Amino acid sequence: MSMPSVTRATPASRAALFIGLVVLVVLALGPYWAGRADMRLMSEIFLYLALACIWNLMAGYAGLVSVGQQAFVGFGGYMLFALTIFGGLHPVPAIIVGGFLAAALSIPIATLIFRLKGAYFAIGTWVVAEVFRLSFAQIQSLGGGSGSSLPVAIVKEIGAKKATREANSYWLALGAAVIVLLAVYFFLRSRRGLALTAIRDSEVAASGLGIDIWRTKLEVYVIASAFTAIIGGLIFLQKLRISPDAAFSVNDWTAFVIFIVVIGGIGTLEGPIIGTLVFFALRETLADFGTFYLMVLGLVAIVVMLKAPKGLWGLVRDRFDLELFPLSYRVRFPKDEEGS
Amino acid sequence: MSALLKVDGLSKSFGAIVVADKTSFEVNEGAAIGILGPNGAGKTSLFNLITGVLRSDAGSIHFDGQEITSVGAAGRCKLGIARSYQVPHPFVGMTVFENALVAATEGASLRGHDAENHVIGVLEQTGLLPKANVRAGALTLLERKRLEMARALAAKPKLLLLDEIAGGLTEAECGELIQTIQAVNESGTTIVWIEHVVHALLAVVDHLIVIDFGKKISEGEPKKIMESAEVKEIYLGVDPDV
Repeated sequence: MSMPSVTRATPASRAALFIGLVVLVVLALGPYWAGRADMRLMSEIFLYLALACIWNLMAGYAGLVSVGQQAFVGFGGYMLFALTIFGGLHPVPAIIVGGFLAAALSIPIATLIFRLKGAYFAIGTWVVAEVFRLSFAQIQSLGGGSGSSLPVAIVKEIGAKKATREANSYWLALGAAVIVLLAVYFFLRSRRGLALTAIRDSEVAASGLGIDIWRTKLEVYVIASAFTAIIGGLIFLQKLRISPDAAFSVNDWTAFVIFIVVIGGIGTLEGPIIGTLVFFALRETLADFGTFYLMVLGLVAIVVMLKAPKGLWGLVRDRFDLELFPLSYRVRFPKDEEGS
Repeated sequence: MSALLKVDGLSKSFGAIVVADKTSFEVNEGAAIGILGPNGAGKTSLFNLITGVLRSDAGSIHFDGQEITSVGAAGRCKLGIARSYQVPHPFVGMTVFENALVAATEGASLRGHDAENHVIGVLEQTGLLPKANVRAGALTLLERKRLEMARALAAKPKLLLLDEIAGGLTEAECGELIQTIQAVNESGTTIVWIEHVVHALLAVVDHLIVIDFGKKISEGEPKKIMESAEVKEIYLGVDPDV
């Protein structure tokens, strides 16, 4: 009898890869077929998708339920403004440098807040975000409490004409979402990702099997902080204006993101994608109803949490045993292959 | 034979409750040792101290010629200590294969096909190979107990700590388990086994340690220990003087 073999791809994942590539090509050609408003909306969708993937990696896998991700969104936004206005950098490298600075900053923050567990950790992250908001409001050269706009000369570095500028910032948003999605995918597929998934399910057993939980969580936190800051930079490159309240908004950059991940399916890679689509579908249909829209969002969140605690993707996965991203290992036995 | 594990004056208490009281013993390389004691005697706590889940208040632990008292749980696993939990802690969202694979890649630092082949071997040995693609959350209690052992073995331990792995098994299953554990021991893995199913324990171990209230009561050759007055008193409640 020959040895069983181990595979990871499934027919569903191969189909998903093909469809994903087609969708990516169509989206990449967006500036040639989409209107201005559509492109703005799609850019926002891409950036939210990226934020949701990052938050899902932290909360869904590493158990780091942060409600303070706005700290790094705002930090990334402010770094874009500071490094372009005072550092003379082009916006794109400024955003990337902002990511590295956020990574460096996240290490001392982690050593502080990792001492807190569960709900205390969540509150701790929020406190950190408030400290960020209050600190940036003190910086008068960046507009203090009322904020500032990105100077026209810097905006033009993204594209001299309005149409090129819009196309370029669309591609930046799309590119960032694809990079974040792929980074999270390859991380989860790696040896470290397997360890992280084990931590998600049982920290006690994971540490007993040789996984350094603190270090793994720190890695996730640092990577998540860097990517969140980069996305924050891109968000405020779209908005062209920043203020402490907008940059460090818990509603915009954390509450909506949590909604997306929870209704989509926390702790799965597919969940944030589904959640992002549902969130924007709701937002676009209910946009005219004002605050009523937030009430509907809350209601949807409650119903999903009660009826499908693993989110919409959890329902689908349990029923059809589907996996679009081939993260699982499947053992194939020789007799399966003969088809007997 | 040299001592693989040396526990010296190990103490731990939670407030007034003493779970380890200046416990000292040695486990020789290649040995199979049984630990007996009534419920709440501190058996599982002793495992938690050896694996680094709990930090001791006093005393030292040496493993493989190295002091590990201040090494964390993950580090101790990498050095070669793996255990099965009395109450299984499966990674419920991962398949049986993935559960064991993570032990092979993290605990035993194996890579790629070496890790995969090692895991397939371990699953075959523990009878879990047909369940390889099943999510651990869908396993029965007995299968979860087997998975505990499979995962521990996948970490390629020098010292395997088994915590009440035979409880609830049928006679036939118990026989299989004994054979598996004997085979693991014969392949050179040192075993320390906490078990209430005494006949299973005695079929495997060549040395017994009895603990109660966190204290080592006695240790020695299994037969003699089982006939000793102290053990009879602890287990049967018989006053030896009457």
